[in-house]
Amino acid sequence: MTDPEVPMNIKQRLGYHASILGVIALGASALLVAGYVGTKSLIDTRLDEDMQASLQQVIPESLHDNNLVKDTTHLNIEDVTGKQVNTIFYRARLDKKITAIAYQVAGYGYSGEIDIILGVDITGKLLGVRVVSHSETPGLGDRIELGKSKWVLSFNGLSLENPKESLWGVKKDGGYFDQFTGATITPRAVVAAIKHGLKQFSLHKAELIESTAASPSSPLPNKAGVNQHG
Amino acid sequence: MANEYRQIIRNGLWDNNVTFTQMLALCPLMAVTSTATNGLGMGLATTFVLIISNMTISIFRNVTTPEVRIPVFVLLIAAIVTLVDMAMNAWLHELHKVLGLFIPLIVTNCAILGRAEAFASRNSVLPSMVDGLTMGLGFTFGLVVMGIVREITASGTLFANASSLLGSTFSFMEVTIIHDYRGFLLMMLPPGGFLAMGFLLAGKRILDKRISAANRRRQQIVNITPAPQHA
Repeated sequence: MTDPEVPMNIKQRLGYHASILGVIALGASALLVAGYVGTKSLIDTRLDEDMQASLQQVIPESLHDNNLVKDTTHLNIEDVTGKQVNTIFYRARLDKKITAIAYQVAGYGYSGEIDIILGVDITGKLLGVRVVSHSETPGLGDRIELGKSKWVLSFNGLSLENPKESLWGVKKDGGYFDQFTGATITPRAVVAAIKHGLKQFSLHKAELIESTAASPSSPLPNKAGVNQHG
Repeated sequence: MANEYRQIIRNGLWDNNVTFTQMLALCPLMAVTSTATNGLGMGLATTFVLIISNMTISIFRNVTTPEVRIPVFVLLIAAIVTLVDMAMNAWLHELHKVLGLFIPLIVTNCAILGRAEAFASRNSVLPSMVDGLTMGLGFTFGLVVMGIVREITASGTLFANASSLLGSTFSFMEVTIIHDYRGFLLMMLPPGGFLAMGFLLAGKRILDKRISAANRRRQQIVNITPAPQHA
């Protein structure tokens, strides 16, 4: 099928092929740039909202009066494999005093990285655990998601003393935590990542809590504070 | 004219079904059909992309040359999928969280390039869009059927988590078919996908044979002297 406006002899020239490909590539890139610019700030807002939503799940509202997404500090901590990773710590404050910290750790499951967000109070007790992203087998390993199973809730209130450190493993390995039928690798990875995250917290606790007394984005001043952590 | 469209629709939905006849797009098919809901989500997203990509390629069909058509198609399809991904992330964020995983996968869907090459590059815009729609719906049908078979055999449920894809009004779709089912892991894993696919393909072949045999018999009754028929 030939277009009457473009005679065949022009269409057969090498230059025509190259330029049509070039023009379409340029057009497509221009569209992508426009799309990126047009959606960037919206997507960022949405991602911030998502982050806020997952932070709210791991740190109870009653423990903070600041905006967690805005009150962050960066620190290099060791990941499960021993590599140094720059990690963002979200700080929950009540009357400018840090009450809890939320941060993300990664475990390595059956099919790659499992990103887990932890909420830890200043005594090192888990306030909440959520799996942020993973690519585990649907129907098996995905029971680490709260939407699929209540398993992650079993970590609430636990710490490295309760159960004691040697029991931080799945039952199959003689530990404290349930694995799922048909999936051991995934919960094993999650338990190991949480244990590791708690250890890193106790290692860096001083830097995270005691040295950062002043809040950069200061919350409401002199709010009569009732200390609710416990 | 109406006949032409009827043919396009028939082709897309059954005769030339992406999954069961062309056997294209098996990669996303195996990857997402562990539940019927996932299949439905992937199918709908693919349908949308197919309509847009067929439309765009049909618009450009007279300026591209056979020598560069494949890079042009790939470029256009990749750009469309990326734009859809970004737009959904910005404006349909909740849906994107559910489907987000599948959308980049659409680029790898050879059915889209297949339709661009086989149909959209040779036909005008409206028939191309109809072709995209019906091919997409045919693909969705294939994904959902696969999903239903695998989900029931693997976990005994049907359309689990449909409400997170379609909204809470559709929670009635979530049913447990087999109560206290202990689960059949194999069907959830990729080999189960291949098994289900094999049985479904065989089933479609049998069905097609029956249909053409029935048609032949009907025609034999109409023509008293039967002419040789080709299936």
